[in-house]
Amino acid sequence: MNHIQNSSQRAWLVLFLAWIVTMISTLGSLFFSEIMLFPPCVLCWYQRICMYPLTLIFIVGIFSNDRTVFRYALPLVAVGLFFALYHNLLYYGIVPETLAPCTQGVSCTSDYIHWFGFITIQGLSLFAFSLLAVLLSIFKKVSR
Amino acid sequence: MNKQLLIALSLLFFAVLYFGGRLMYQSSNHDVSSDKQSALVRPHAFMLGNPDAKTTIVEFFDPACETCKSFYPFVKNILKQHPDQLKLVLRYAPFHTDSYYVVAMIEAARLQNKYLEALEVIYQYQDKWASHTGAPNIGLIWSFLPEAGIDVEKLKNDMKKPEIDAIIKKDIADTKTLGVKATPEFFVNAKPLVKFGKKELQALIDSEL
Repeated sequence: MNHIQNSSQRAWLVLFLAWIVTMISTLGSLFFSEIMLFPPCVLCWYQRICMYPLTLIFIVGIFSNDRTVFRYALPLVAVGLFFALYHNLLYYGIVPETLAPCTQGVSCTSDYIHWFGFITIQGLSLFAFSLLAVLLSIFKKVSR
Repeated sequence: MNKQLLIALSLLFFAVLYFGGRLMYQSSNHDVSSDKQSALVRPHAFMLGNPDAKTTIVEFFDPACETCKSFYPFVKNILKQHPDQLKLVLRYAPFHTDSYYVVAMIEAARLQNKYLEALEVIYQYQDKWASHTGAPNIGLIWSFLPEAGIDVEKLKNDMKKPEIDAIIKKDIADTKTLGVKATPEFFVNAKPLVKFGKKELQALIDSEL
């Protein structure tokens, strides 16, 4: 009994951490576009589409103690991770830019932030989605 | 601590962080600092309007940029409405592939006193030479320039002049100094356009008149 309680508590904590990551990413990206007025490029939008719903999916999972939240969150995290990875490859010139459609003159490789010389918005996105993938796999393990 | 309380407190924390951050960002001063203001207007830059006007609009543009093309008649019209109070300084931000050469064409056309004529014809055929589906085909521009009464052979020779190269390099360096990351970028009396848009630009100019 004690063991079950422990594992559900750990699962809860992991979900809570994942939720915090999605909230920071969501509000951070909204801060960049709505307040600092950086126009988001197409690839940023694809990543946002995957990130924003996760804030609600994790909240539902947290309150309903639902282990299947893994199944609903995983596709969004996987697709987001894919676009974040692609975006970073594009930014560092590993994939040629002509493949990416860019509208309204917003290039997917423009540099809005460059903190400490290596932190970029697409870098932060890749970090967040990777973190979510790790947290989800931990969740899968502890919630069994 | 129970779950509900923890989530509620976290939400509150995020809300305070976001709206507090917004307040801080929007109330901070975005004007170009005085040590960087020399990067706004250079003596070599092309200028339109009244040279003694008290309100100076600085526009950084890229001839391949569609938004720059759509702002051009808009800004020109504002200038027409206030011919005595405004001057427009045109600076280059050649961010697109090959825009550097297009900018060099415009500068070389200036030596034939055809600066605006060249710019206008380049904008007019922008969808032909700068199509977004592939690399720009700047070779097409040679066939449009004679429409503006430009001597293309002279232009090709003038483009090689080191003065023109120096002007463009200076402008590019100034975009870095001023943090110009997208085109068109406007500064009205050293105040940048914080929220982008035609209405916002009009409001900024009106407030500086």
